[in-house]
Amino acid sequence: MAASYDLDDDGVVVIIGSGAGGGTLGNELAQKGIDVVILEAGARIEYEDFINDEWDSFAQLAWLDHRTTGGGWRVAKDFPNLPAWIVKAVGGTTIHWAGASLRFQDYEFRTLSHYGKVEGANLLDWPLTLAELEPYYVKAEDKMGVTRTNGIEGLPGNNNFKVLKAGADKIGYKECHTGRMAINSADRDDRMSCQQTGFCFQGCKWGAKWSTLYTEIPKGEATGKLEVRPDSHVVRIEHDADGKATNVVYADKEGNLHSQKARIVCVAGNSIESPRLLLNSASNLFPDGLANSSGQVGRNYMRHTTGSVYAVFEKPVHMYRGTTMAGIIRDEAGHDPSRGFVGGYELETLALGVPFMAAFLDPGGWGRSFASAMDSYAHMAGLWIVGEDMPQEQNAVRLHGEIKDKYGMPVPDVWFTDHPNDTAMRNHAYKQSQALYEAVGATRTFPTPPYPSTHNLGTNRMSEKPQDGVVNKWGQSHDIKNLFVSDGSQFTTGGAENPTLTIVSLAIRQADYIAGEMASGTI
Amino acid sequence: MTTIYEQRPGLSRRELLKRGTIGAALIITGNAVISPDRAWGLESAALKPDTMATLIRLARDIYPHDAIADRFYAIAVKGHDTRAAGDAGHKELIEAGIADLDRRAGEGGYRGLGWEDDRVRILREIETTPFFQAVRGDLVVSFYNQKELWPHFGYEGESYSKGGYITRGFDDIEWL
Repeated sequence: MAASYDLDDDGVVVIIGSGAGGGTLGNELAQKGIDVVILEAGARIEYEDFINDEWDSFAQLAWLDHRTTGGGWRVAKDFPNLPAWIVKAVGGTTIHWAGASLRFQDYEFRTLSHYGKVEGANLLDWPLTLAELEPYYVKAEDKMGVTRTNGIEGLPGNNNFKVLKAGADKIGYKECHTGRMAINSADRDDRMSCQQTGFCFQGCKWGAKWSTLYTEIPKGEATGKLEVRPDSHVVRIEHDADGKATNVVYADKEGNLHSQKARIVCVAGNSIESPRLLLNSASNLFPDGLANSSGQVGRNYMRHTTGSVYAVFEKPVHMYRGTTMAGIIRDEAGHDPSRGFVGGYELETLALGVPFMAAFLDPGGWGRSFASAMDSYAHMAGLWIVGEDMPQEQNAVRLHGEIKDKYGMPVPDVWFTDHPNDTAMRNHAYKQSQALYEAVGATRTFPTPPYPSTHNLGTNRMSEKPQDGVVNKWGQSHDIKNLFVSDGSQFTTGGAENPTLTIVSLAIRQADYIAGEMASGTI
Repeated sequence: MTTIYEQRPGLSRRELLKRGTIGAALIITGNAVISPDRAWGLESAALKPDTMATLIRLARDIYPHDAIADRFYAIAVKGHDTRAAGDAGHKELIEAGIADLDRRAGEGGYRGLGWEDDRVRILREIETTPFFQAVRGDLVVSFYNQKELWPHFGYEGESYSKGGYITRGFDDIEWL
């Protein structure tokens, strides 16, 4: 039975957001007997209600609140009000994610030391090592049921994977398999196995893919220590004269404002909303926003260096059938500056349906070149590039100067321009991927530009020193001891890996820390 | 409201020929655009029928799929007529945009240009205009999101109700 807490209960931990960070943290704290209220901006939609239709699902799940964009990225031109493709619902973007669950590599926690200074990049070492995080990676992999860990079988390869694997073999890549996926290859944890339905991005209607919506959250609720309040959009965090966070103001479905008292506040609204909320919570004591003495809140916005390559073959592939991202090549994931850039990238299978292929293959494209590409849809294979991008101070989530949302709060403006290292990496990945597909007979390939961001990172970054970032190695803000950041915005740098496993691992670790600090009475 | 309906035979071939034809295909009569094989018609509410006919031609020039019938393009652009009925600004955008196409095409108008290449040359001149952006931006969804068209592309759509592809060919590739 889910708990129910009073608005005036100042003993609760209030978590803002219910995705990979917030949903996991909420359950972990509840399991330890700590009282938790999760405020989630979106509705609660159970998995049987997900829709196997790209545009209908997008309307059901996507975060479509007004946002603006700027900078040199193509998204600002093609999708000026859709910087990110993320979810507004209980479970957050763990509904939409593809399931790829990779650990960071050791050096990716200390890129400044390992790569050296990179002109124009705001690199910094994490105040955390792989060795420190490893025990939590182990817990996260078990919790999420990641294939190829804990004795769990890999997923079977679909058609799209088979093309990828054949190409990888031809051009000499050694590490290609169906991935480490938080998608059940056999029944596990009261959830069934993958049925190869092909709509991972639209929410798994079988519950085979791990999402906090139907794992962490109901488990937390079953302890009687967790209340999840959907349709609760937080507009600001308030504090007392000593600068301690005291309560969270949120709007309900009807737009009525409520104030929930809190002993501790944890922000987990993804890397656009989390810094926006801290900036929108500016006060006389903190005129630049909460936890922002460093001036780094909202800065260093990262989105991974991405892109896709689709390839057309003489014969059919039907890439859309089966698990979307169960296919990976890791040979390019390491740091090898001889390629002309620092950091590395992964190549992962990816497919879109016809409606989204039309929207994303070449945004704005038209004419015979475009239409003939679409005519070849059934003969296409596809992959996604995901690599480390450089943190840059000017790539930032800022408050819009004029436009406000329906609660009167400034909307976020997301400004991003590729670093030359990002561009060099992407071009290398395009070339490799095109060569891979041509090696198995591709007659035509498409180096497809990045989609609106799914991996949003870095806007409240971790740092050893308070002047370099927003939170310490536990995700605790340098400025306000009972204010935490619990999502991907705490990433100091992005690594080459899909971020969810690391977000979950950090949340498990943060729960241990918060419980310890509460027990010792320091917060 | 714009209506698209299955047209019953009525006009004789002779009558059809007396009325103007558009391109080599569509016929305009009253407030409707009719397919010469009489399989369907599109009745416009706010935009001129001529404008609707040109929009259909334009839609095919933007996303030319030769094996897909006109009626799918008609369905894809009918939203402009519906929207124009309640939005004077949109009506003006579309009517003026089409008039501009006709002007650029010269005598005989846009639909009078027999070669796709000639029409596309004009479209390349105007592809950054709000008119073209509005038509293309709407069309990329209203055209490719028609489920009836997905079989043409070899896309099978919804699969949950069929149990996914686990026993229906997720790994059936044989040519590798």
